[in-house]
Amino acid sequence: MSIDISTARKVAHLARIAVKDEDLPALAGELSAVLAFMEQLNEVDVEGVEPMTSVTPMRLKRRADVVTDGGMPEKILSNAPDAREGFFAVPKVVE
Amino acid sequence: MSGLNELTIAAARDALRKGEVTSAELTEACLAAIEGAGALNAFAHKTPEIARERAAAADKRLRAGDAPGMCGIPVGIKDLFCTRGVPSQAASNILRNFRPEYESTVSQQLADAGAVMLGKLNMDEFAMGSSNETSCYGNAVNPWRRGGDDAPLTPGGSSGGSAAAVAADLCLGATGTDTGGSIRQPAAFTGITGIKPTYGRCSRWGIVAFASSLDQAGPMTGDVRDAAIMLQAMCGHDPKDSTSADLPVPDFEAALTGDIRGRKIGIPREYRMDGMPEEIEKLWADGTAMMKDAGAEIVDISLPHTKYALPAYYVVAPAEASSNLARYDGVRYGHRAKLAQGDGITEMYEKTRAEGFGREVQRRVMIGTYVLSAGFYDAYYNRARKVRALIKRDFEAVFAQGIDAILTPATPSAAFGLGEMTDADPIAMYLNDVFTVTVNLAGLPGIAVPAGLDRQGLPLGLQLIGRPWEEGDLLNHAYVLERAAGFVSKPAKWW
Repeated sequence: MSIDISTARKVAHLARIAVKDEDLPALAGELSAVLAFMEQLNEVDVEGVEPMTSVTPMRLKRRADVVTDGGMPEKILSNAPDAREGFFAVPKVVE
Repeated sequence: MSGLNELTIAAARDALRKGEVTSAELTEACLAAIEGAGALNAFAHKTPEIARERAAAADKRLRAGDAPGMCGIPVGIKDLFCTRGVPSQAASNILRNFRPEYESTVSQQLADAGAVMLGKLNMDEFAMGSSNETSCYGNAVNPWRRGGDDAPLTPGGSSGGSAAAVAADLCLGATGTDTGGSIRQPAAFTGITGIKPTYGRCSRWGIVAFASSLDQAGPMTGDVRDAAIMLQAMCGHDPKDSTSADLPVPDFEAALTGDIRGRKIGIPREYRMDGMPEEIEKLWADGTAMMKDAGAEIVDISLPHTKYALPAYYVVAPAEASSNLARYDGVRYGHRAKLAQGDGITEMYEKTRAEGFGREVQRRVMIGTYVLSAGFYDAYYNRARKVRALIKRDFEAVFAQGIDAILTPATPSAAFGLGEMTDADPIAMYLNDVFTVTVNLAGLPGIAVPAGLDRQGLPLGLQLIGRPWEEGDLLNHAYVLERAAGFVSKPAKWW
């Protein structure tokens, strides 16, 4: 399967990465090369094989659904590029 | 005695306990070595104040007789580990100026054991790379050079700074992380020891996530005993990581008996790749002979799906990465792009991520996005997860046959030159992981041990793969191999 320019543009948008129009052909070529490498997987007979979902056959632990932490808005916001009045600030999303 | 920074962890520990040396002295020796090694670009952020403070605290504990194995030992921490108040940016511009308010469990455990943090180590951006060339800090440089040649070589990756720092005696040990070979390949390229424990042995909490079902932390050290001591301090159950194993951590150092008589070592025929350099082939044969001489039984084994490990990995890892890296959105931490008039939130995301992520990271995020997108999920992602199940089954079958450990080469070549692979296609770089990546897919422990030098005087490593949760046994096999190989070479100092 090879990726054309419009697919590359769509993938870049889905990934929320701005790619200039003039860079799309190169990107499409690179993605196609990696996908061609993955095509080898089609040689494998996977009939009846369950996809691996956990690395070790261990039941994940559960914990009580209780608040264990919190009350530190200053720490949460300390690395924000734009924080105002105890909130993360972003460009307007609703008109 | 040679410089204090050249001691093994074990020797330093014993000298500290006897009061022959102080942690403050060890720490100053390492800080001086780091200052003199700018050309290696191993340390991206130095923390001498923290180091001196912790060394003083460690000396106090040592005097009080309360001294775990790592107490007072100066170590470097890979930049992937979040360290409170200290830049932790996974070698990415998107995390520039990020100073976590918290500490990763592994680095906290090391601190609790009394280890002294010297600083944060260079690496490939988000641990995506095999040469340390994707770092926003610039390349880390291998202290080893080819005989009669000044060309700078890669220390490998992604834990390239960790490998260079340990090989050049800038610290006694360093943390690394390994998603497809990122501890074992750089260890092999720099003539040191690196172990990736069983998935779940070390908590992943506070380590910047790349591919969560593959990532594991581990130590990178001068020898196998040091790996056992440092791994001990890094392991253990952590309620903050739901995949962390609630199993007791045995005494790894005590497992180093040097006796592997009657043990079965598997030699997987599928690891004999077409075009494998003769020197790697010879190293492997020599290593096999050493294990046999030590009394082990050598068994020819088959791991039939080996060939499909790399393509499966390059579906699974980017898929998980695309999901994990979605958090870098310019809102909560790190870089945010300057916006133009009228730009909305989508432009903010797209510009921020285009500016903040390097090329390889962008490529992997987009591959991951593609293989998870509607219409391709089954064809790529689910198929890769099925192949992954088959790869794991291959290992389970040989362990069920009674195999105790598997011996393979660690890498398909010695360290290559920085810049040599720049124009190669990404797949050529990915092939560096061909011997190591199966271990991550199956969640097994694997260790790289230096075993010889190539014709140009560069170190080469062998890999041993163990049964799940049997790191002690694996370390013992590695210890036997280390003693038989007698690798003592060090890089000639040029930096």
